[in-house]
Amino acid sequence: MNIGNKSIPQTAQSISTKKQDWVGMFFHFLFICSALVGVISLATIAWFLFSEGLPAFRQAGVIDLVFGNEWLPPALFGIFPMIVASLASTIGAVVIGVPIALLTAVFLAELAPQWLANIVRPAVELLAGIPSVVYGFFGLVIIVPAIEVIFNIPAGNTVLAGIIVLAIMILPTVITISETSLRALPPVYKEGALALGASHIYSIFKVLIPAAKSGILTAIALGIARALGETMAIIMVMGNAPAMPGSLLEPARTLTANIAMEMSYATGIHASALYATGIVLLVFIVILNAAILYINKKRAY
Amino acid sequence: MKKVIGLVAAIGLMASPLTFANTTITVSGSTSVTNVMEVLAETYSKETGIDVEVQGTGSSAGVRAAKDGTSMIGMASREVTRKEVTADTEMIVMARDGIAVTVNNSNTIKSLTKDQIAKIYRGETKNWKEVGGESKPIVVITRDTASGTRGAFEDILKLKRKINGMKVSSITPTAQVGNGNGMVKTIVANNDFAVGYISLGSVDNSLRAVAVEGVEATDANIVAGDYKIARPFVLLVKKDVAQEARDFIAYILSDAGQSIVVSQGYIPVK
Repeated sequence: MNIGNKSIPQTAQSISTKKQDWVGMFFHFLFICSALVGVISLATIAWFLFSEGLPAFRQAGVIDLVFGNEWLPPALFGIFPMIVASLASTIGAVVIGVPIALLTAVFLAELAPQWLANIVRPAVELLAGIPSVVYGFFGLVIIVPAIEVIFNIPAGNTVLAGIIVLAIMILPTVITISETSLRALPPVYKEGALALGASHIYSIFKVLIPAAKSGILTAIALGIARALGETMAIIMVMGNAPAMPGSLLEPARTLTANIAMEMSYATGIHASALYATGIVLLVFIVILNAAILYINKKRAY
Repeated sequence: MKKVIGLVAAIGLMASPLTFANTTITVSGSTSVTNVMEVLAETYSKETGIDVEVQGTGSSAGVRAAKDGTSMIGMASREVTRKEVTADTEMIVMARDGIAVTVNNSNTIKSLTKDQIAKIYRGETKNWKEVGGESKPIVVITRDTASGTRGAFEDILKLKRKINGMKVSSITPTAQVGNGNGMVKTIVANNDFAVGYISLGSVDNSLRAVAVEGVEATDANIVAGDYKIARPFVLLVKKDVAQEARDFIAYILSDAGQSIVVSQGYIPVK
């Protein structure tokens, strides 16, 4: 492997040093540019959000905006109920979705017979390609009426409906990445465990999953980010009432739904308050990623 | 966006005396009318080459602009009283906008009064029994706060209150919010207990519009002024306005103009 790698630049050098320099520089530049696209995009989005959203913070006050309970533009811009709704729906989706996804990943990587894996895996991958508006529609015509019947409530457009739809939506992300990280483990882990007399199930839970923890945590983090950022499906099934939800069986509006619903018409301080909602969302994502980074670092060695 | 409009307006003002005096028609006023007016203006400019500049500043500002002559044409999305304008101001209704209060097809309610509707939306009436229906809870569906339909609905039913000197909605915050006529329609069509308001043009047989004060929500009743949750789109011009503005209004009232009005979901006046 190493020898092969080294031999390539040597042969290239021997053809033409000058030409190789140009090509090398070009690709070096190309790599840097590609890497910068993401960073520049993030920086631009952050700069844009802050420059547009700060007037709302200045006028309404950070405390009144972040912890205010009433969303009544253009007078009051309290987004606390939406923060609660976003967190509740995301946590709920993770609690329901992650165990299902993790068990599916283990099944696909370790247990499933080939023919069954060939059915389940494409199905999961297809799930990832379904547009969120279709998920929303599915939620609206299947899950929402089901909740109405099961819980005997007048309207099924509730936080619970959002949780169920989000739990399904995060499945493909979490399954695919978890399965990949389980498959990437050196086979000696499993062989060693089995050789020591551990059962297959025991070795899965005590050896393989802990060993693949960093990949699984990344999968969960991406799942959370997906759930927190989802908009269209949530708008369709959660009712979007800006009041504080009293339980999982009441409608609520998430941060993303608030931005998407009102941005098209909003002007002045109202529009600024919507950007401020975006800032709060960004802060949540940053905290989430920092936490995952911290946990991964702690467990790495 | 505003900056761009302002810039264009500024350049237009500077350029117009030099090159094409009096050929830019200025229109300003109601933001609700602005949507349809921009389409009309664009089509008219394409056909005649005359520029039409549309600004959404609000109905009252539109009335003022026409009265003071700062715009050739003022737009208002409500009834304008004679007292608001000077004697030499003409008022022309270019279209009408009706809002239907809809319920699920299974609902037995046939008619509601404006007061009953307002109470339902304030969250004071919570059961259909209280307004003459079966004993079922009411699920209130509204539009997002930035929607023009919601604005008109709140204006007509006086669903406004003041906080810190600013007018805000008094629709109950626990009402479900649909973004767009289509979504309100889907929710109402699928929920036996729901009530929602949508543009009259969007009503079909998946749900049912209730009569308001005993008057059915039909185009004819709105044109006659009998159906109350409706509003006219009024154009205001001075009697001595430039001929270009007169031609543009004639175009709006022509078959071509009125078909644009219909395509934008409003009720034509002809």
